[in-house]
Amino acid sequence: MTLTRFVTKNAFRNKRRSLLTLLSIGFSLLLLTVMMTVWRAFYLSNGSAESAQRLIVRHKVSLAQFMPISYRERIRSISGVKQVVNETWFGGQYKDDKPENFFAQFGTDPQEFFRVYSEFHIPEDQLEAWQRDRAGCVVDAELAKKHGWLIGDKLHIKGTIFPFDLELTIRGMYTAPDPTESIYFNNTYLDEGFPRVKGFVGFFGVLADSPQSVPGVAKAIDDLFRNTDRPTKSESEKAFNLDWIAMMGNVKAFILSICAAVVFATLLVSANTMAMSIRERTREVALLKTLGFTRGTVLTLFVAESVSLAAAGGLLGALGASFVVFLMAHSPQMSLVLTGVKTNAPTVLVAVLVGALVGALSSFVPAYNASRRNIVEGLRHIG
Amino acid sequence: MAIPIQYNIRNLKLRKSATIMTALGIALTVTTAIFIMALLAGLNAAFANSGNPLNVLVLRKGATAELTAGGVDRDALPIMKDLPGVARDPQGQPLVSGEDLLVIVLPRRDGSGDANVTVRFMTPLGLEMRPEVKLLAGGRWFTPGQREITISKAVHDRFGQTNIGDTMWIGKGTWTVVGMFDAGGTGHDSEIWGDINQLAADFDRVTYNSVLMRATDAVATDALKNRVSDDQRLKLAGMLETEYWAKQTSSGAPIKYVGTIVGIIMAIGSCFAAMNTMYAAVAYRSREIATLRVIGFSRPSILTSFVFESLLLSLLGALIGIVLMLPFNGMTTGTNNFVTFSEAVFSLRLTPGVVTAAVMFAIAMGLIGGIAPAWHAAKGEILASLRD
Repeated sequence: MTLTRFVTKNAFRNKRRSLLTLLSIGFSLLLLTVMMTVWRAFYLSNGSAESAQRLIVRHKVSLAQFMPISYRERIRSISGVKQVVNETWFGGQYKDDKPENFFAQFGTDPQEFFRVYSEFHIPEDQLEAWQRDRAGCVVDAELAKKHGWLIGDKLHIKGTIFPFDLELTIRGMYTAPDPTESIYFNNTYLDEGFPRVKGFVGFFGVLADSPQSVPGVAKAIDDLFRNTDRPTKSESEKAFNLDWIAMMGNVKAFILSICAAVVFATLLVSANTMAMSIRERTREVALLKTLGFTRGTVLTLFVAESVSLAAAGGLLGALGASFVVFLMAHSPQMSLVLTGVKTNAPTVLVAVLVGALVGALSSFVPAYNASRRNIVEGLRHIG
Repeated sequence: MAIPIQYNIRNLKLRKSATIMTALGIALTVTTAIFIMALLAGLNAAFANSGNPLNVLVLRKGATAELTAGGVDRDALPIMKDLPGVARDPQGQPLVSGEDLLVIVLPRRDGSGDANVTVRFMTPLGLEMRPEVKLLAGGRWFTPGQREITISKAVHDRFGQTNIGDTMWIGKGTWTVVGMFDAGGTGHDSEIWGDINQLAADFDRVTYNSVLMRATDAVATDALKNRVSDDQRLKLAGMLETEYWAKQTSSGAPIKYVGTIVGIIMAIGSCFAAMNTMYAAVAYRSREIATLRVIGFSRPSILTSFVFESLLLSLLGALIGIVLMLPFNGMTTGTNNFVTFSEAVFSLRLTPGVVTAAVMFAIAMGLIGGIAPAWHAAKGEILASLRD
């Protein structure tokens, strides 16, 4: 009987209690892992290498106001800018307003688009077909699979922001590293369909020559248009996406408070279990000390028992979390915000460590008291 | 004969630390659930009560929101003013208000970033049509012909650069804040109001984003709505203002989704924790239970007693959870309104409905957590337990 075996045997001495503790801690840490994964996806990940080099330029006052297309060439002339493309959000409705049928539609320039979004891949012949057809569009291959679209299919998009509908033909499918849930069509269709918007676009996607030059380029672009009647706000693509998330509310505070609540709840559960477990073994502890085990060893044994139980719960929870995150990332409600999000090994490790830490902290006081109890008192203890 | 409740209460008091810890754990879950429900209740309150049932909102045909490209032609306004069924104010003017909307960006006071805010431009007639919106003391309504705006107090509380006297850039120039209004927690509490003719000077607008019409009575409202939609010249869509606002409760969908997932996971965790505590209690009192059986209490009465104890525990947790959330009642917050593309400002509401739901939630957790241990307690063989 080694000390390790002693610890594990004791950890599962009351199987039902250990199982319930494991499950309870497991579910709490599952939630923690989900929160950490979402946090990582929103605030820590830098997106693809290409995304780090891109900026979005929009009207300073509001995303709902347009800018003249003439800005495009002026942006291109700024040093540090490699490629520019104009994009306009069409915001139409496909079939109905159910979340499953929602995807983004952008009017853009077929010649320039894939130069800026270089990580999107499309076969040459499909790209040319799109460039030749003014009523054509290219769609995300994943989106096409979801709706069962094929090249040559016609898409009818009802206009809600703009007072006309789009009749597009799918000319190509592009593959992107993460699902984009978008289709892109030729901006001239927009200009012809709604003459009042001719010459104006929603925003610009800019490819800088390196990630380091992005802040400088952003400032240069904004300075260029500062005193015009349509000033701009330029920011990295990542900052732009974060703005959307922030629109939902104080997401950071929400995630942090859930994490705090979960860790606290785990602490309570673990403390409760250890207190119960230690209390029922008062006589045994006294026996151990009679045999010669020191106070320190007794303390370590208890803390180790608690740590291993809580860490095991953490592992279980973290593994369960990958399933929940998968579900969330593929749900129609959240897929736009959580595309490509999954749990990874470091997150699981953090969950296990949090479990271990909580286990250690929660068991310390009862274990310490038990280790210090007078041997004779302990032996005399009934119940 | 049922086991007296005193037995349960005394036992909970006896093992104080276990009771408190489990109750706290349940309280955390209840607090989270209440927070989510209060958010949704606040959103619903903001939109469900918005709009006057006699008002018809007119948008461009095919539009689903006021903010669209192109809108209602200005030439259509005189036609609409002459439609039968339109109510008139005491001066005899038809209550038909053409309005424009813009979306601007303001920084949130809590430092969580910028958000879009809707600015609504109207004529004094538009003010007349919304008597439920009250001007707050210390300010005034915008003066027609001046670049002045009056903002909702809720917007002022949530966003910076919005004190009386502050200026902000809207469209092509600066506008000054001259007053605050209270829209009673309805959708207008997310808005800033200004004079439409000043805006027209900026933008050469030829259309209104929307037109608001008041009908004379409920029957006329429907008739007016249909008349506007069917008129071939106008190419417009009419809808009840109340329905338009009610649609915006869809902004709560992400909150509901995330909240449900978080709530369910926490609840399952809490159930297991409660189960753990109750099993320990049963094990600790196995001799007591056997004694109770010897005295003559039946198995079902033991079962109900322990389930009841579990319920007491969870109700205690619910109480703590509700008390923890009370300070947050009425707290102003906001989320993205998918229809208006700007922030929907609303307050957390701890309605009786929310509190009842939270208590039911806790009771459910107590029941699920307590039934298995209680069953175990009732099932025990008397002699074996006495011998333990």
